[in-house]
Formats: sequence, structure tokens, C-alpha cells
Amino acid sequence: MNVLTCIKRVPATAGHIALTPDGQEIDTRYLGFTISPHEECAVEEAVRLIEKHGGTTTVLTLGPEAATDQLRDAMALGIERAILLETDGREWDPAATAAAIVEAIQAERAAGRTYDIVMFGNESADSAGYQVGVRVSEALDLPCVTAIKALDVAGGTVNVRRQTESGWETAEVALPAVLAVKEGINLPRYPSLPGRLKAKKKEIERIKPEWRDGGLEKVRLKLPVQAAHSVEVLGKNGDVSAELVQLFRRLSLL
Amino acid sequence: MILAFVDHVDGAPTILSLEVLTMARRLAQEMAAPLDAVVIGPKGGSAAGIFTSYGVRALHVADDGRLAEYAPAAWAQSLVELVGREHPELVIGTASDRGAEVMAHLAARMALPLAANCTEVMPGDPFTVTRQRWGGSLLEEARVKGAVKLLTLAPHALTAEASPSRTDVATRQWTPRLEDKAFRVRIIPQVEADTGKISLAQARVVVGGGRGVGSAEGFASLEELAQHLGGAVGCSRAVTSLGWRPHSDQVGQTGTRIAPDLYIACGISGAIQHMVGCRAAKHILAINTDPAAPIVQQADYAVIGDVQKVLRAVNTQIRKVRGR
Ligand SMILES: Cc1cc2nc3c(=O)[nH]c(=O)nc-3n(C[C@H](O)[C@H](O)[C@H](O)COP(=O)(O)OP(=O)(O)OC[C@H]3O[C@@H](n4cnc5c(N)ncnc54)[C@H](O)[C@@H]3O)c2cc1C
Ligand SMILES: Nc1ncnc2c1ncn2[C@@H]1O[C@H](COP(=O)(O)O)[C@@H](O)[C@H]1O
Repeated sequence: MNVLTCIKRVPATAGHIALTPDGQEIDTRYLGFTISPHEECAVEEAVRLIEKHGGTTTVLTLGPEAATDQLRDAMALGIERAILLETDGREWDPAATAAAIVEAIQAERAAGRTYDIVMFGNESADSAGYQVGVRVSEALDLPCVTAIKALDVAGGTVNVRRQTESGWETAEVALPAVLAVKEGINLPRYPSLPGRLKAKKKEIERIKPEWRDGGLEKVRLKLPVQAAHSVEVLGKNGDVSAELVQLFRRLSLL
Repeated sequence: MILAFVDHVDGAPTILSLEVLTMARRLAQEMAAPLDAVVIGPKGGSAAGIFTSYGVRALHVADDGRLAEYAPAAWAQSLVELVGREHPELVIGTASDRGAEVMAHLAARMALPLAANCTEVMPGDPFTVTRQRWGGSLLEEARVKGAVKLLTLAPHALTAEASPSRTDVATRQWTPRLEDKAFRVRIIPQVEADTGKISLAQARVVVGGGRGVGSAEGFASLEELAQHLGGAVGCSRAVTSLGWRPHSDQVGQTGTRIAPDLYIACGISGAIQHMVGCRAAKHILAINTDPAAPIVQQADYAVIGDVQKVLRAVNTQIRKVRGR
């Protein structure tokens, strides 16, 4: 079985977000970068599938040269090959991103490499368009399921589970297919030291796609307005259990 | 014409769909355009009455026995057909799993852009929208082009409001032409036994634990407090990554969104991705050793101290006042 996983490099924001003065980007001067969380799980799922069923795994990203870090992070977890669709750092909208990924998959096919599963995150952490995977599936005429919380491949089909407010739903889909997964489908492993070293030495294949207009254009980023706010400190280092019980009573919880 | 794509359970629109109808009614007024709604499935027309208070002119019902089950591509193809026939200027749907998925298929099939999770919409050509990134901790102003504008509405960007004035809604059933291929993916609901556990999303009280709880065993004191208050236990992503709690307990951007009366955040720093999951809480109580932690700044009440010491004391106190 051959699995391709599409990942995105995103800033590892934490306590708060600051924007660049022109409002075009997140100020990343003091930030690290990471793979978007749902896709970390997609990478783990791909590695597990290959461990179980045999085959090959490839990871792909559309992003700047620096995104090779995230490709190597994925290879450190057990992915064998990596493809960088190199950009000049400009924003690609979801339709344009999907088109570039489709072209790359077609080029792979022309080189004799086909995929049984093309794996995506349900949504990218930073732009959250909820669509790149679906668009790729439509362009390649493959079935697609999103929001997957569990999957199991048996023979030529995959059984998937999705979570709803009131329980679960399932689908059985013939391969090849496009699958978009959510965090929680697995607990990604930590990379081993030998894994990291091996990934460091690996070749990364590069393609430079042409930027295109997908029809969704970022004008600027904005921080949500926070309402003025004050905090009541109930206690510091002393026994505050009486105050807490009072609070719970005031809120009619006790 | 504006077309609202309505997700429903046996014909009754979901809450998020009522929000979509409310936004669509507002936009229809602004654009001086009529508002139509579409529901997919044979039971789609059974709650037509609801649409009368949302200014809907016509309710389109895609009627085909195979559409009783949710099949994303078939639902999308039904919309493609309707859009091709009725030429709406705008199609707006929910940002639920289903809404997002169907709208993405529709966008791909019509080669149109799609703006997901919009909170504000300014009609024009192009449309200007405000949409959520990072689960809502960052907003983007964007232009949406294309002959038909496609949007999904962020959950709870506005409150659903039935209008006091009623319209006459014409129900128009049609049977879309659908190849078998559109049913390659059919989503089947699983009937599962009710575990009786209070769900995180619905709990009145959530006791959340972060890395500061110290260990998986450390959650025992959170479990006890949750039990006293009739609540559920939640956690941060740091905790799920450490394997201390299952992912189903995770609150935040890639976890569950909660809306309790009280959220008790224990040993949680308050990263933006965590806060977007709990900002609908009416009150937040933070228990943290660090008075400068972001969660303390955003809480209504704070206790500065060690989470285990604080919880042990309060659990003892509650047992005492309850005479147990
Ligand atoms: C794209 C993306 C999505 C993410 N999605 C989520 C998400 O859905 N949910 C989520 O939670 N996170 C999410 N994160 C991770 C998030 O950025 C933080 O890393 C995470 O929330 C930190 O968890 P924490 O607060 O438990 O740990 P820390 O940040 O390490 O904080 C621990 C806190 O405990 C306090 N503490 C330590 N010891 C004690 C003690 N003895 N008593 C009391 N307090 C103590 C410390 O002062 C500190 O404030 C996401 C990150 C990214 C990049
Ligand atoms: N630049 C990118 N490179 C590779 N994969 C991407 C990129 N952007 C998005 N994806 C994939 O598409 C999924 C959905 O993205 P989105 O439609 O932006 O929410 C992500 O979880 C990734 O798996």
C-alpha cells in the first residue's frame, strides 16, 4: 500500500498572537514552527498503516524552503520520501493549494507512483479552509471522507468512523481514497534519535509550482476585540477552600 | 437570490442552520434579493413551517430515497444542480462537519472559491468577509470572488432569531440526477448505548487540568471535584500529548468547545488554542502557581497556588459541608 500525506508548516503560537505592522502575517520572530496538529496525526496514521500492511509512505508540503524542517520531522517519524512544492512564502489560497497538490500527484502517477490513500488533516491550523483535501479528491475523481476519528484498512476498502454530538457514524469506502483526519485518531509517537539522524540526511524532492489566483484573497489579519476584563483573586497560597465553596454556592453549583 | 443550505435532523434545521438562515435573511434584505433555502433528503420538507419565520420564499427539497442517508458528494451534486437552475448570487451553509464538507465539494465541482467560517459578510463584487483562522483566535478579512459566492458561517457568530412576521413558503421538491458514483461515500449513523456520562460539550461545570496537574494520577482530585459539582473533567493538549487523558477530554481548537456555567482551569497556562475552546464559559476560575499566566489574566476568579493543595482542601471542605 502507498500512502501520501499532505502537511502544512504553521507557527507554534502559544499565549498570544502578535501581527506584523502591515497586518499581513503573524509576527513569527519569536516563534517556532510545527506541523498542523491534525496532520501530525495523519503522519502517524500513515506510518502505522505501512507498519501494518507494508508499502511506502511519502509526505508532501506546499510552502517555503524552511518547510523542509516539517518534512524532516515527518520523516523522523518513519515517512520515507518527501516532496517540497516550493513557494516564495506568498499566501496560496485553498483552491490554488489543491491544484498544485493535484499536479504533483499526477506527476507522481506519470513516474509510476500511485497512491492508495492520500491523507490530509481535516483543516489547517492557520488558515482553516476545510477544503484542500476535498478539492484534491474531486480533481482526481476519488472518494473522500473528512472529519475521520478512526480508520481501519482491510483488503481494498477502508472503514472510517466520525464523531457526532450524539455518537458515531461510519463509512466503508473503496480504495484509492482521500481521507482527512482529526486529532485524536491516534497519539503521535515521539521521533527517535536514529529516526531524526536518518531524516536529516535524506534527499528532499523539489517542484516549484507557479503561484495562481484561487479566488479567495487575504486582505489583512485582525485580532479579535477582547472585552475589558478584570479578575478577582480569591487567594494566594493560603487555604481558600471556604471562599471556593462560597463561590460554588453563589453560582448555584453546590 | 440567496440560497441557504440547511442541515437538518429529520427535516428540523439544526441550531447552526437557524443561524445561517438568520444571516441569510439579513443579507437578503441588504442585497434586496429573495431568500430560498434548500434541504436534502426525503424528510426535508417535513418542518417547512420553521422556514416561514426566516423570510424564506421557497424551500427546495431534494427528494430521492438514496438521499435519506448522508452522502457528501451526492448532497453536493444536488446543490450543483439547483445552483445551475436557480442562479443564486450566494450560497451560505453551516460550518459543521457536514456543512463544511458539502460546501467544499460544491466549491470544487463548480470551480469556485469558498470562504469557511465567516463571522461577517459584506456583499458586493467581490464580497468582503471576516473569517476565522486558528479556531477563532485570529480573524482574516478576505475578498471572495466568483460568479456565485460560497460561504460557511462560523458557529455562534450571531444568535438565531425567528422573525415575528411570517412569509408564505413554497415547497419545491425535485429529484436530482445522481449517478451511483455520487454514493461512493455513504455515512451511516451508529446507534450506541448511552454511557450516562456527562458530555464535555454539555456539562454545566468543567474541571480542566493542564500540565500543572503533574501526572495522570493527579487527575483524581479533579475527578472528585467534578463529581461534587455534577460536572465533567477536561484537559489541555499538553495533557493528551503526555497520554495522561484521552483526546476526547481535550478542550480547544483541535478538541471540544465547551460552554459551561463555570470552567475551573487547573494548572493550565491559557494558550490561545486552549482559550478558543472555553471562551463560551460564563465564568472561569483559574488555579495556577503563576500569577502572570495568561489564563489568570483572562479568568473571572483566580487562586494562586498549587493545584493539588487547593483541590485537596476544597474537596475536604465540600465533603465536610455536605456532612460526608
Ligand atoms: C495548532 C495548534 C492547536 C492546538 N490546539 C490545542 C487545543 O485544542 N487545546 C489545548 O489545550 N492546546 C492546544 N494547543 C497547544 C497549546 O498551544 C499549549 O501548548 C497547551 O494548551 C499547553 O497546555 P498546558 O496549559 O497544560 O501546559 P503549559 O503551557 O505547560 O502550562 C502549565 C501551567 O501549569 C502551571 N503550573 C505548573 N505547576 C503547577 C502547580 N503545581 N499548580 C498549579 N499550576 C501549576 C504553570 O504555571 C502553567 O501555567 C495547540 C497548539 C497548536 C500549535
Ligand atoms: N500548503 C499546504 N501543503 C500541503 N498540504 C496542505 C497545505 N495546506 C493545506 N494542506 C492540507 O489540506 C488540509 C486542509 O487544509 P485547509 O483546507 O486549509 O483547512 C490540511 O490539513 C493539510 O493536510
